Amino acid sequence: MATETTAEGCEACPAHHAGNLIKLGVNMSNWDYVVALAGNPNTGKSTVFNALTGLRQHTGNWPGKTVVRAEGGFSFGGGRYKLVDLPGTYSLLSTSLDEEVARDFILFGQPDVTVIVVDATRLERNLNLVLQVLEIRDRAVVCLNLMDEAKRHGLQIDDRRLARDLGVPVVPAAARQGEGIPLLIETLAQVATGQVVCKPHRLKNETPAMRKAIDRLVAKIESVYPDLPNIRWVALRLLEGDKRIIEAVRTGELGDLSRGTPGDPGTLSEVTR
Amino acid sequence: MSAENRGEEILSEAAAVRWEAGPNFHDSLMETIYTDASQVADRAVSRTDEQPRFDLDRTIDRLVTSRWLGFPMMLAILTVVFWLTIEGANLPSGMLATLLIDNIHTTLKAGSAELGIPWWLDGFLLDGVYLAMAWVIAVMLPPMAIFFPIFTLLEDFGYLPRVAFNLDNLFRKSGAHGKQALTMSMGFGCNAAAIVSTRVIDSPRERLIAIVTNNFALCNGRWPTQILVASIFIGGLAPQHMAGLVSAGAVVGIAVLGILLTFVVSWALSNTILKGEASAFSLELPPYRPPRVLQTIYTSIIDRTLIVLWRAVIFAVPAGAVIWLSSNIIVGDASLAEHFINFTHPFGLLLGLNGVILLAYVVAIPANEIVVPTILMLTVLSAKMAGMGEGAGVMFELDSETTTAAIFQAGGWTLLTAVNLMLFSLIHNPCSTTIYTIWKETRSAKWTTISALLPVGMGFVVCFLVAQVWRLLM
Repeated sequence: MATETTAEGCEACPAHHAGNLIKLGVNMSNWDYVVALAGNPNTGKSTVFNALTGLRQHTGNWPGKTVVRAEGGFSFGGGRYKLVDLPGTYSLLSTSLDEEVARDFILFGQPDVTVIVVDATRLERNLNLVLQVLEIRDRAVVCLNLMDEAKRHGLQIDDRRLARDLGVPVVPAAARQGEGIPLLIETLAQVATGQVVCKPHRLKNETPAMRKAIDRLVAKIESVYPDLPNIRWVALRLLEGDKRIIEAVRTGELGDLSRGTPGDPGTLSEVTR
Repeated sequence: MSAENRGEEILSEAAAVRWEAGPNFHDSLMETIYTDASQVADRAVSRTDEQPRFDLDRTIDRLVTSRWLGFPMMLAILTVVFWLTIEGANLPSGMLATLLIDNIHTTLKAGSAELGIPWWLDGFLLDGVYLAMAWVIAVMLPPMAIFFPIFTLLEDFGYLPRVAFNLDNLFRKSGAHGKQALTMSMGFGCNAAAIVSTRVIDSPRERLIAIVTNNFALCNGRWPTQILVASIFIGGLAPQHMAGLVSAGAVVGIAVLGILLTFVVSWALSNTILKGEASAFSLELPPYRPPRVLQTIYTSIIDRTLIVLWRAVIFAVPAGAVIWLSSNIIVGDASLAEHFINFTHPFGLLLGLNGVILLAYVVAIPANEIVVPTILMLTVLSAKMAGMGEGAGVMFELDSETTTAAIFQAGGWTLLTAVNLMLFSLIHNPCSTTIYTIWKETRSAKWTTISALLPVGMGFVVCFLVAQVWRLLM
């Protein structure tokens, strides 16, 4: 924890946000929180990433530009945040290499907050990914990006309603213009520090047979690994026959997850709360 | 209880429960997610009453992806980009050459002569290392500083996915993945980066096709070669006011040939060693976004132009040293370079090239960027050596002229040499960085070798055939 910051007077006030942001670029040695940046392809993740870190990662207007993850950092309100820009994916259930990078990080990388950048003009399709992330992660913020384009196309989005339905904060933004970024930082900091507690949406339209099967398997996994986060999602993946998760169960890698020493050393060894 | 045992216990429970969950668990799960998503979205989104009467995006899309206009517009846009590059780069290139080669090099030579620096050190540093650097900067900086910002603006605007959309059908017909159109577009920037970007393709078979054929997308390092050779030899054939357009057309021709070769080779691979069906995918056409001009120019100059130039300079320094050494280490009756050039010259002529070009391609394996500077230096050095016997120093003549064209003519180039150099620059082995990236991505010696040798083999065949036909007709 960075202790040298003296938080007094207006610096401690949340209204002080913009001036409180220190862009750290890639110069990250130790950090307090890890933030994952997920979203469908071409929704502006890299633009949000650049706005937060001050880096100038090349952004291009086409899907599939980021295939490996980029990392950067910023400091806000005395906390140091490491930001990981993940490749864009439509789902966490697929098999291509770039989607696996995103899936593995969200599951095994144990981010403190997952920011899901969504395209406001294509909300329904983007929500498929949001719902899948919310199955895995409790602490999440939805960044409703491209609001300017939604307006241009005559769309109105009730972000409060959306936040209530999803159970996580929703921040409207137009990242290219820098709109909404200060609020996003403030919100993700509140979620990271536990000031805001999320009650994420869980799937509601399962068939009774599905629900019964899931409950049985969840009980089983719970009896073996009581500390495991997101047991429900692991159960779903096992029922689907996901090879990577089956492998993790078989080798006991899943157990490491509950002890907080997951398998990706470069990014995770220093993550402590 | 060991970790394995506990794991097996969970897995057997999962297997037992799975049949209870119904036969199509994956489909029902996806359905659940979609249903929830559409319910949430329906509640949050509403349309304002007034529908925009004129949808600009859709109108542009209808034009640039139309069955009849799509391809001509693509070619027209490419031609305009190259025409701007060629016309715009002419003047600054000349100025840089005058400054770096005529003025600074001459001054440095005079200075070192005054200080009494031994000839071999002076030659090694000034004629080898410095000249190579100077050539790279003079030849490459201006076209790149114009080409990259324009190309990045197109990318920022959202044109590349439309190119992919236009080409998708052709890729599918070649038995390849439609997303290969995207990785190919990326290859127009850098093949090594494009090899990494083939990760977006799920099927290993189609990913290998994309990797092997990516080299046919002209990269950063090769655009300057094409642009330079085209403007000197092809543009030189046309009347003055048409020269720029004609040379731009020639470069577009080579780029299109590269795209055609991509289809042909993809088709051949998917019908022989990489047999299989093309898989379907959905391609998203992102909305057009007004490009942020200043920011784009800034990042494309910092990110692309200077980085590519820096890489070229780094590789040019040792290359310059190698060139100078090989031209000055005498074994028997001639220098190493002369031995190599004389030895390969007949073979080079058979291909419509020459010994200098072949040596240049060997020296330039680390980076395509330095092919032209290497050819220039080798031609100057070998011409100087030949000229010295006759007492007419070619170098002196060059000092007064200093046009690249004069150097090429001194090296005995013809139009055929130029055409075949452009062809060979398109069809030859990828640079060492790309080969290494292919190895890292595939972890297969076999596919790395195929990716490296297939293009260079094809290049020899194509150049040979063109040379034979040319000589029959001319």
